[in-house]
Amino acid sequence: MYLLKEEMIAHDKTINIMKTDIDTESVLQIKNLNVHAGDHHILKNINLRIPKNKVIVLLGPSGCGKTTLLKCMNRLTDINKELEVSGHIYIENDDILNTSTNVPLIRQKMGLLGQRPYPLPMSIYKNVAYGIRLKGVRDKKMINYSVEKHLKEVGLWDEVKDRLHHSPGILSIGQQQRLCLARGLAVKPRIILADEPTSALDPISSKIIENLFRDLKLNYTIILVTHVLRQAVRLADNVVFMSNGEIIEQGSPQKLFKHPKSAKLKEYMVNGN
Amino acid sequence: MLYRRIFIEKASTTWMVLSISIILVLPLLIGIGLYVKANPLFEYMSLGDLICSSTWLPNEKEFGFLPFILGSLHVTFIAFCLSAPVCLLSAIFLTQFSSKRFMYFMHPVIDILAGLPSVIYGVWGIIVIVPFISDYLAPLFGVKSSGYTILAGGIVLAVMCIPYILNMLIEVFNTVPAGLKEASLSLGATFWETVKHVVIKKGIPGIISAFGLGIAKAFGETMAVMMVVGNMVQTKFHLFDAGYPLPALIANNYGEMLSIPMYDSALMFSALLLFVIILLINLVFRYFIYRTKKYE
Repeated sequence: MYLLKEEMIAHDKTINIMKTDIDTESVLQIKNLNVHAGDHHILKNINLRIPKNKVIVLLGPSGCGKTTLLKCMNRLTDINKELEVSGHIYIENDDILNTSTNVPLIRQKMGLLGQRPYPLPMSIYKNVAYGIRLKGVRDKKMINYSVEKHLKEVGLWDEVKDRLHHSPGILSIGQQQRLCLARGLAVKPRIILADEPTSALDPISSKIIENLFRDLKLNYTIILVTHVLRQAVRLADNVVFMSNGEIIEQGSPQKLFKHPKSAKLKEYMVNGN
Repeated sequence: MLYRRIFIEKASTTWMVLSISIILVLPLLIGIGLYVKANPLFEYMSLGDLICSSTWLPNEKEFGFLPFILGSLHVTFIAFCLSAPVCLLSAIFLTQFSSKRFMYFMHPVIDILAGLPSVIYGVWGIIVIVPFISDYLAPLFGVKSSGYTILAGGIVLAVMCIPYILNMLIEVFNTVPAGLKEASLSLGATFWETVKHVVIKKGIPGIISAFGLGIAKAFGETMAVMMVVGNMVQTKFHLFDAGYPLPALIANNYGEMLSIPMYDSALMFSALLLFVIILLINLVFRYFIYRTKKYE
């Protein structure tokens, strides 16, 4: 037994237990994905199906390719000219790696939340309005409504409503991370890609973000990269364990953590706890 | 052993404080020295007359510095207008759009340009820019010109400043975090929108700083400008007319015309003027940086 029993029980109460294999409706499907950086094979033949409105946790040691996999999903790998990406990633039956669809439109379907908050160099209001304006919305009332709605969605509205036109620099790191989440939600993504979003936060701010994810999965699919086993247990509907650019094991946290098959996962769990 | 470590700690701190004190005191000493040397001139003319008068008759003790101040401002303004957009766009291209290989290739090229002595730029100006202006550019506008003009000075100065400003701008844009660009791109921005709304905006304090230092350097540049600008005392501004910047006045005359009474004080005053104007440029740009950082 590697994890706290209480955490398992709490998890069982809050999350519907899934079957080992992902068999619900897929919102994203990855087939034969390979990523090379020169001679280095970063991702090796990744095949994965992401079900709708679930929290999928990508777990694994540093350098195993979790972040690269996440960046492939919204084609942020394009900006690194050294990376060669091959394979297929289907979002709503569109292969985003081999499509004529504009890349910015693909990226708007995938909200990104980074390891640490990166508020854009503009006011709190403009940060949330940025993506809305990029979508072509010019109606001030519509933008105001959307800004308020998404700041409320992440529980930040009451804290910032009187200083919307201030710099985000006045906010705490936890508040900035929620602002970044609101900014991502404002473009109405299908999927939220979260790359260790609590790694720079204190426990209270981390808990707020985790609670937000629980609420948000009613409307969004969340792919979460984390090193923290306990966080995976608390949040995941499904865990994908990676090592050395490969998917080693995947399944519900209950099955995966209670009965790990691979030696690598066992070792990771021992050291990770 | 502990005493030795404490001694080294104290000695190194003292040495650092001493070093910074020299840097702090040096400009003050230069300013005071120039003021003391220029002081006799104030007995003949008021500060207002010295700065606002355009009469330059040293033999009659008429020292109006306006033509030289305007000459410096004109040449610097042209140099800034020509170099700023080139530097900004080149720095954006090199840091945001080009491959790393191209960047590695460009770095030594920029460093070579930055390291060239100003006299080489001056010679290049005489053999390329001056004939180009007199033979092609000025006739194109129906003007007869020797080519030794404010425009020639501005162009040579711009070319000299480009590697200097470009190097600083490259550093500025390289410090914009990749996560910030990724955040903008993931919201659906194109790369150009990201550069425009995020990279440039984030880099504004650094851009202002680079331009400020570039202008200050351009304002004080002597040799290359002196070789192509014509060195004629006049206040009117025309691209195809000659000018006479402050540093050229000092370089051309110091040591040669000192038999004329008050002339050395006048040249010291022009050096003091240069010193104060560059100080003011730096202060103005510091204020801009403070303002932008305050609202960031």
